[in-house]
Amino acid sequence: MSAPSYAIDVRDLSKTLEGRLVVNHVDVRVQRGKIYGFLGPNGSGKTTTIRMLCGLLTPDAGEGTCLGLDLRKDLEQIRLKVGYMTQKFSFWEDLTIEENLNFVASVFGMDTPKERVRSCMERFNLAARAHQLAGALSGGWKQRLALAACVLHEPELLLLDEPTAGVDPKARKEFWDEIRALAARGLTVLVSTHYMDEAERCDQILYVAYGNIMAEGTVEEILQQSGFSSLEDSFIYYVNQAMENQP
Amino acid sequence: MKFSFSRTGAILRKEFLQLKRDRATAAMVILFPLMQLLLFGYAINNDPKHLDTAVLSKDNSIFARDFIVGMKNSEYFCVDQEVTSEKEGRKLLQEGKVHCVITIPEHFARDLVRGKRPMVLLEADATDPIAVAGAIGAAPRIGAESLAKDLKGALSLLRPAADPFTLCIHKVYNPEGLTRYNIIPGLIGVLLTLMGMMVTAISLTRERERGTMENMLSMPVTPLEVMVGKIVPYIMICYAQAAVIVIFAYFLFEIPVLGNWGLLALALLAFIICNVALGFAISTMVRNQMQSIQVTMLVFLPSMLLSGFMFPFRGMPLWAQAIGSSVPITYFIRIARGILLKGSTFWEIWTNLWPLLLFMCITAAAAVRLYKKTLD
Ligand SMILES: Nc1ncnc2c1ncn2[C@@H]1O[C@H](COP(=O)(O)OP(=O)(O)OP(=O)(O)O)[C@@H](O)[C@H]1O
Ligand SMILES: [Mg+2]
Repeated sequence: MSAPSYAIDVRDLSKTLEGRLVVNHVDVRVQRGKIYGFLGPNGSGKTTTIRMLCGLLTPDAGEGTCLGLDLRKDLEQIRLKVGYMTQKFSFWEDLTIEENLNFVASVFGMDTPKERVRSCMERFNLAARAHQLAGALSGGWKQRLALAACVLHEPELLLLDEPTAGVDPKARKEFWDEIRALAARGLTVLVSTHYMDEAERCDQILYVAYGNIMAEGTVEEILQQSGFSSLEDSFIYYVNQAMENQP
Repeated sequence: MKFSFSRTGAILRKEFLQLKRDRATAAMVILFPLMQLLLFGYAINNDPKHLDTAVLSKDNSIFARDFIVGMKNSEYFCVDQEVTSEKEGRKLLQEGKVHCVITIPEHFARDLVRGKRPMVLLEADATDPIAVAGAIGAAPRIGAESLAKDLKGALSLLRPAADPFTLCIHKVYNPEGLTRYNIIPGLIGVLLTLMGMMVTAISLTRERERGTMENMLSMPVTPLEVMVGKIVPYIMICYAQAAVIVIFAYFLFEIPVLGNWGLLALALLAFIICNVALGFAISTMVRNQMQSIQVTMLVFLPSMLLSGFMFPFRGMPLWAQAIGSSVPITYFIRIARGILLKGSTFWEIWTNLWPLLLFMCITAAAAVRLYKKTLD
């Protein structure tokens, strides 16, 4: 296996859910060590695409690799190396922060799970609330727990599905500082979002609408291609274009 | 990926923590069997007494009156109504207002004195045969004793020859009757079928509903690990429930445990695994908790009705026997009955144990097979 320069390299990915083509022959390429912003209107297939990338959904068509591992054959390996943060909070609300993290640590078979969990809680400022039930946390803290849990096993690729939805601006900034710090250590991040200011923090942007990739590139490239001065305008422009192309 | 004990242990720990905080389930686990046992306890309780009884007396002699007084004085019959026709008596029985109707024929005294052994009719509502069994058994003796003091002197020659009258007993509605002990094995079977399937199915569909399943699926765990981690706590719960029933039945109602406890534990294990694995399999096919309860009921009702618990197995039509033979509870009840009441040995229960073990393997394999590793 040659050292792949792409963390994600998939072609022609398609998925039909309940008779609707939700992801339409999409190609995604994500360079290692970069932060990719995944933007698109509601129902455009972001979550579905991300789920296919981490093996939670089987693509109807298409192939490719994730961290050099085959998307169809090496699911177990992929799961070990990818951290996936779900759009909807999906940790156990009747377990405490610490218990949730302990569970993740032992499922991933870490050598020193206790140490890992402790240092992780300190890094994410969760230590003071270690014994609080996850269900009793506010939205922002839940997201923080979810992020902590999905980086606990030191994955090489992070798939974050709207990690900052419903999080206050200050917490959002801290969240992004953390993501930046992780990327600086060589982690690859694909993050879906509806916030344009977050899009501007990404190295690369992917616009997706109605299952199709509409544009991709750096912020400057996107602005240049679309001829607008703000990302928001360009986003709306591409979404409108996608709507016109809809049959 | 190979089966990992540490991952399975992690899932187990998580389940136990969640169970520990789930007061409702914990309460249900202990209270449900206790409640059932106590409710059934009335029926199991040795000898129900004070049965409401109506009397239809067509003879107004001293003999007839003494007979009725004797019945009243016994603790079995609570003679509080007099009726004037068979129809009226039957109506009371039909409506459940009385358990028994005693009919004393015309010319009771005359026939008695002539040694013609008049026929007294005792009609008993045997829809609940256990409730009336004791009374029916005691009735001839009570009758004879109550007449004894009248049959003195010249009439004493009527006494020795057997009873001076014949007591004709009609069990109405359920002439076959069930034995009282039958209830305990049946109760264990029914309870474990319901709880085993439902609690396991709900536990998994809850994960799906709350979205935690998506998280679990994105982690490196294998279906077998999930299954073992998920069902072991429920196996323990079911054991606890079975223990509650057997122990309380043993001490409160003196139900014997004649056979080997180890053998009982083995049969229980196989049976419990059948049910929780079935619950696991059900959970893979439904979308939410409501559906999982519905499907559980769909399996549970025929299990309960056709297993031989409610109706004698041999008395059922063949198609019903066929359905009954395809649910594990049928075999379990026979095994439990054998061990608890007859002291059966391993080889004596083998004919019923192997189908149970077969069920266990099939359901467990099906559960692992049906578990989806993706959200598709
Ligand atoms: N399990 C499912 N079954 C059927 N249809 C589904 C399922 N999940 C998603 N869809 C449909 O697929 C389409 C894409 O959904 P998806 O969740 O991928 O969009 P999204 O881009 O993540 O949207 P949002 O920004 O609202 O999260 C939607 O129209 C949705 O209704
Ligand atoms: Mg989404």
